[in-house]
Amino acid sequence: MNFDWLAGEVDDIGNFFAWHVALSVIPVLVALVLAVPIGWLVKQSGFLRPALLGTVGLLYTIPSLALFVLLPLVLGTQILDPLNVVVALTVYTLALLVRTVCDGLEAVSSDVLQAANAMGYRRIARFFRVELPLAVPVIGAGLRVAVVSNVSIVSIAALIGTPQLGSLFTEGLELHFLTPIFTGIILCVALAVLLDSLVLIITRQLTGWQPRT
Amino acid sequence: MIVFKNVTKRYDNGTIAVDDLSLEAPKGRITIFVGPSGCGKTTSLRMINRLIAPTSGSILLDGQPTEAMNLAQLRRKIGYVIQHAGLFPHLNVVQNIATTARLKGIAKKQALLIASELLERVGLDLSFGNRYPWQLSGGQQQRVGVARALASDPEFMLMDEPFSAVDPVVRHQLQEEFLRLQRDIGKTIIMVTHDIDEALKLGDQVAVLRTGGVLAQVASPKELLSNPADSFVADFVGRDRGYRYLSFVDAASSLAVMIEPVVALGTEAAAARIVAKDQWILVVNAAAQPLGWVDLDRQSGPLRESDLNLSGTLASQDHSLRQVLDAALSAPSGRGVIVDAGRVLAGSVRLSDVVAAIQSAKAAGWGGRP
Repeated sequence: MNFDWLAGEVDDIGNFFAWHVALSVIPVLVALVLAVPIGWLVKQSGFLRPALLGTVGLLYTIPSLALFVLLPLVLGTQILDPLNVVVALTVYTLALLVRTVCDGLEAVSSDVLQAANAMGYRRIARFFRVELPLAVPVIGAGLRVAVVSNVSIVSIAALIGTPQLGSLFTEGLELHFLTPIFTGIILCVALAVLLDSLVLIITRQLTGWQPRT
Repeated sequence: MIVFKNVTKRYDNGTIAVDDLSLEAPKGRITIFVGPSGCGKTTSLRMINRLIAPTSGSILLDGQPTEAMNLAQLRRKIGYVIQHAGLFPHLNVVQNIATTARLKGIAKKQALLIASELLERVGLDLSFGNRYPWQLSGGQQQRVGVARALASDPEFMLMDEPFSAVDPVVRHQLQEEFLRLQRDIGKTIIMVTHDIDEALKLGDQVAVLRTGGVLAQVASPKELLSNPADSFVADFVGRDRGYRYLSFVDAASSLAVMIEPVVALGTEAAAARIVAKDQWILVVNAAAQPLGWVDLDRQSGPLRESDLNLSGTLASQDHSLRQVLDAALSAPSGRGVIVDAGRVLAGSVRLSDVVAAIQSAKAAGWGGRP
């Protein structure tokens, strides 16, 4: 490790880190907001459900680099626009979360739903006050996978020039210099652990009603 | 009052779950739907709050047809209790109970207050209020389920096998408490059960349904036992219906209660023999509550707790002949122990006297409780 180089680059690295955080977190938030209604619709879709979940799952198999390059054509954005990365990662996160939300809603016991119906909950109230809170443990678990995988996928966006920790990898490669590469890896792992813990803590806060072992 | 008018439920595949059901569940009374599985009892219950839609016919709540009511409004008028309680796992006990009051539009603070009061009403300590459902036993969950149904103070209650998922001891306890509660609140209740004993014990009126959703008979428990409409009902109420009928005959009027000599624990066997009527002596505590019998033929030295024979049941003075007969049959001495409301000894009855009382009650056309 060349610490003199690190000291000189600390501003740039801080900047990369901030971008990396934004590029991994914003798509998760957007995808979560979209996945809740979509997951509910898929759950309601009856015999179409396996087909819909299969299709959504397929989105995850599109290579990320291809998506980064193709999105400007679809969205009419500049090739270097960070929006491309945000949209691409939103698509991936959505692919993970729609299934998760759907599974979470299906895990709610039929006794509970029957009781809620019989008590006179209307559909929307039942969803927000009963079904969604009870799906939080499953959704939280899915979110943890999503944030961690996003942190790693974001770095690929360095290849299309979006600044973030992945830029340290391309830089190190070009300069034949290991310090930026190590720095990038360490910061990526640290960020993944940090975000994962954050989701875990929030989930725990929302599920104080669950037995803890 | 809940009225079924020619209600039929036919499923798309042609199966008839309920066939032209007409009956009235009187206001403030408990009506029980009982029958073998596949008799349509639960379907009938769920058609009342339209969890299931009838194919034809109509159901009236206090004269108003349910099909004309707004669905959510209809359901908020009716308390609903199911087998596994169906409590909300993410809400604590008080919050669970308060949900029905909240749905009715009662402010949060007020609703939580009502919920805490109901908690005590259904026999749970206030300290249970902030526990979550997974921290409760099945019986406790069921109590909370009943409290939740009551929190909106509904006029009607529907109960779907509410006591069948708990063990027999707890079930008995819940049934007794439920009857006591109903004496206070006087709701119009329809309950479904497959257990004829439960139906006869809890029902003011029992509707027996047969497979295919046909009403076989609707009558008071007493009428059902003494006058079953057909062989299906007779079989369903059971072979021991003669014995069961004694549940509905008061013992107090016809029974001669004798004085029973007693001793305290620690009495020497020799001293006990002096007061005893025969080889059996009844042991009581300081409050004159019976503890058990001791066989003096096998006893020497002071009477200890481990010497007690506990096989005898107790019958209260205002109990039915069934309980008095059971007390006499189960006592090793052949003398049934009679106690008052505070479990204090009132005396004993001989088996032969109980049988004589049964004979004279039968000869007099039973009498006793309606």
